[in-house]
Amino acid sequence: MEGLPLHGIGGNMNINLVEAIRKNGLEILSISAVIVIWQLFADLVVNNKLLLPSFTDVLFSFFKIIQNGTLFTDLSISLLHFGLGILSAVFIGIPIGVAMGWFKSVNRATDPLIEIVRPIPPLAWIPFAIVWFGLTHVSAGFVIFIGAVFPIIINTVEGFKSVPRVYVEAAKVLGCMKDRELIRYVALPSSLPSIAAGIRIAMGVGWMCLVAAEMFGVSTNGLGYKIWWHYYLHQMDFVLVYMLILGFLGLLIDKIFRWYVDGKLLKWREGVVV
Amino acid sequence: MSRLLLEGISRVFEKEGGQSTQALDNVSLDIKAKEFVCFIGPSGCGKTTLLRAIAGLDTPDSGKITLDNEHITVPDPRRGMVFQEYSLFPWRTVMHNITFGLEMQGMGKKEVIEIADKYLKLVGLEQFKNSYPYELSGGMRQRVAIARALANEPKVLLMDEPFGALDAQTRNILQQELLQIWEKKGVTILFVTHSVDEAVYLADRIVVMSARPGKIKEVINVDLLRPRDRTSHEVNTLRERLLNMLAEARDQ
Repeated sequence: MEGLPLHGIGGNMNINLVEAIRKNGLEILSISAVIVIWQLFADLVVNNKLLLPSFTDVLFSFFKIIQNGTLFTDLSISLLHFGLGILSAVFIGIPIGVAMGWFKSVNRATDPLIEIVRPIPPLAWIPFAIVWFGLTHVSAGFVIFIGAVFPIIINTVEGFKSVPRVYVEAAKVLGCMKDRELIRYVALPSSLPSIAAGIRIAMGVGWMCLVAAEMFGVSTNGLGYKIWWHYYLHQMDFVLVYMLILGFLGLLIDKIFRWYVDGKLLKWREGVVV
Repeated sequence: MSRLLLEGISRVFEKEGGQSTQALDNVSLDIKAKEFVCFIGPSGCGKTTLLRAIAGLDTPDSGKITLDNEHITVPDPRRGMVFQEYSLFPWRTVMHNITFGLEMQGMGKKEVIEIADKYLKLVGLEQFKNSYPYELSGGMRQRVAIARALANEPKVLLMDEPFGALDAQTRNILQQELLQIWEKKGVTILFVTHSVDEAVYLADRIVVMSARPGKIKEVINVDLLRPRDRTSHEVNTLRERLLNMLAEARDQ
């Protein structure tokens, strides 16, 4: 009696596996091929752990940092930096973008300032970040904030400027008259796709700033910091592990964000209904 | 009673480069409660401008618009509007599009849903209440737009070529439905259209306008009984008269 359903599940899993391989065969094949070539190349041709650690070297280093727990410390510290930067960019950038997008005078007053400050690479702010905030998490968060806030402002302004006039007029005729209400009930939801795209860009930029900020010694922990630290110790296998983790984590954050935004917030948009 | 009075409405649009267009020139009209008035004329005759002024979305340079002796300057839920373009909020479901105006009035949730349900039923879209606008056909979207405007219980419903983008058959069906709703709700309707057929089928009075400057050329009373036969002799005669008038208005 008990064996039957179990067998059933096993059978299903096999079918799922076969199905998955059939569907994504080429993708799986290409990744596997690269791993095999990498391993052989590192072991047989380069044969120097400093120049090119092999796949298995990297795998062992990965298990090591999981085992001794450093990965989780670094991960949480980096996510703290990232969260501080992105959240402050969202909470400061969106209101600025809203004010600029809705009120012409605000736009005229602030646009030149933003255009002057925006082209400064976020990393150029690192000295000031350290002078102002010291070697703290806030300091790292600040550098990420600088990188993330402008895409959010610009996309919010763009979103607000492209709100179809007919939505605003329809709302007015329906009794929604005050600026505050029009922003909240019409302009904001209408520009949500643009704002979400801005946040996505901001997260990409912020992620790069995170690594650089940590590498330049704004913090004494975190994924970016560890890359630099292991480099000093000539442990290139660890460097590569942290590089890959940064890549995968960036991908994961983007996927989660898109899943949430496209699937929940923007399911009213044609073509993206999950 | 809701009497809508237009007195000497003029509106000039300044274009870049110093040019200006006289969209409306001294337009006066007295519209009784529950009347169905169609505005027809060549493009550029200011019929949409007139409607927008009545809605409060545009301010005339001179003249006065009053509803029950109250001067109109800003939009107000007592004058509903249905636009030519699809104006439903795409981020709101059909139901929440209809509740929008009521929410803005600060009405309680339960009451809002009850009223919205009533209007959903009126336009026959109960089963689509949780759909998003992109899931609806053009005709259905305009039905929702009508329900949304009516939910505020306006005294005057302004319609700016609401069926212009629809295919001929859907258009005919919606015209019939609109007349039924109009009879049921007892609302004044001002309806801008390009189509002579539409005007003849719907209106109590047809206001023929001419362009540059936008002026009232003639007002025609239509005393044919409803429902009107679209191909009857009287309808055809009236249609011909209107077409000739429009041709003249264009040539001027």
